[in-house]
Amino acid sequence: MNNTTGLFALPARILHWLMAAAILAMLFIGVGMVASVSERHAWLLRIHKPLGIAILLLAVLRLAVRLRNPPPPLPADLPAIQKLAAHASHWLLYALMIAMPLVGWAMLSAGGYPVMLGESLRLPPIFPAGPVAFAVLRHLHGWLAMLLFLTFLAHLGAALYHGLIRRDGVLASMVGGRRQS
Amino acid sequence: MPDPHAATAPPARHPGAWALILAVPAACALALAYVGGWLSPQRLTPRRIVDQFQQNAGVHPGYRRNHAKGVCVAGYFQSNGEAAPYSVAQVFAPGQRTPVVGRFAIPGGNPYAPDGSVPIRSMALRFALANGQQWRTGMNSMPVFPVATPQAFFAQLQAGQPDPATGKPDPKKLAAFFAAHPETAAFRAWAKTAKPSASFATDGYWSLDAFVFTGPDGQRHAVRWRVVPEAVDATGAAAPAGQPDYLDADLRQRLAQGPLRWKLLVTLANPGDPTNDATKAWPDDRRTITAGTLVVDSEQAQDSGPCRDINYDPTVLPDGIAISDDPLLPARSAAYADSYLRRTSEEAHLPGTARVDTKPQAEAHP
Repeated sequence: MNNTTGLFALPARILHWLMAAAILAMLFIGVGMVASVSERHAWLLRIHKPLGIAILLLAVLRLAVRLRNPPPPLPADLPAIQKLAAHASHWLLYALMIAMPLVGWAMLSAGGYPVMLGESLRLPPIFPAGPVAFAVLRHLHGWLAMLLFLTFLAHLGAALYHGLIRRDGVLASMVGGRRQS
Repeated sequence: MPDPHAATAPPARHPGAWALILAVPAACALALAYVGGWLSPQRLTPRRIVDQFQQNAGVHPGYRRNHAKGVCVAGYFQSNGEAAPYSVAQVFAPGQRTPVVGRFAIPGGNPYAPDGSVPIRSMALRFALANGQQWRTGMNSMPVFPVATPQAFFAQLQAGQPDPATGKPDPKKLAAFFAAHPETAAFRAWAKTAKPSASFATDGYWSLDAFVFTGPDGQRHAVRWRVVPEAVDATGAAAPAGQPDYLDADLRQRLAQGPLRWKLLVTLANPGDPTNDATKAWPDDRRTITAGTLVVDSEQAQDSGPCRDINYDPTVLPDGIAISDDPLLPARSAAYADSYLRRTSEEAHLPGTARVDTKPQAEAHP
């Protein structure tokens, strides 16, 4: 690893916090809109689609930033099981932030819906229309959202654990600023 | 969890820190549960509306939860350009011909209901615009809707739930509902004289909800639309008595003679006309333009026809048409989506969704 600052690169930190807000908002929007019959349903749906595509683009950008700027190494004294959990959960987060928008896009395509990001901006379908594919993708979208939310909760808990209990600089490496070590 | 590396990183064994580590994610989970309605079972959700349809009509796997009995049709819309100054939607461009996949149906969740059991028929259309956008609309053969809000609609459904003893709605509950909802008066006045028609072809169909057109000048116009049939009732034509399925046969017979046509009329609201209340018709003198002609030239059974897998969500709209502040529209969108997921899941035979009985579901909400 050639990261010697102990911090995530600035672009990585900006992307992380921007996407954290976007993804968390997205999960709440998604869960809220399917449970709502009020005008909230309409305006949440209007946000959901373009925000999802924005997250997809940001996720791709973020992967590129990560490849160019390797993250700081985990503390050497971190137990192997926690290291494994850290790596696995991060790659799961990356996989989900790319899969969720694609599954949503494919699901609308399979349902025969025009994929409208605004009043006139339309994306092409990425999956052939069909009821079976729609149903499978729609359920998948919901289950992956739950998995993403649970992974986020674990990520949040782990970040707090590093910051409050271990105080090992892992949280600071993403928050920026002072690093305890 | 004990920290085995206390020497390198002095751990804060403060119980407050651990409490925070648990409390913050727990608060997030609670907030999500609240937004998702899991903490408030009394909240009206799309799921509860569709469950209530199932309570009223039973579960019929693969079918729409409302307007379950119907038939697919296809044709096109021929625009005359007269609506183009009011909406930039490509479907209204002069001379534009837009293919349409539609569906005629009768209301209710029972796909085997006799055609004469209700005086209402419905027409749903999906216009596939050349630019890839779509206009979907679901219209009914009545000039006003009984209720103005999703809550009142749900209350009406509950009041109409068949009494297990008689198999029919409890007249007392229905009377209590109508007494509590005076906004239903206009609909009831219409229903008093309305008779089940003998044909889908002779009915007109109203959008009921208001929408907003945006013209090339950026001007917004509140509108409602309807289609008016060219076909008229033969003198004394009435629904054949004692026959449960005459609408489909009538349609097939008429189409064998040639295409069926409706004029598409768009009514522009005056300032102050209600756009958020589908129980109130706009006055007759409102400016009405004829946008073109809907031509239906073929039909197909709904279990194999192209309308089967279309969710006629009235909020799927092209550039130039938008939803108004009518509270029924988002509720229709949300409930149709729920119904669509149920029936496509049943078609996919996904675990837990293939229901074969026709009894109301036990999983339905109270």
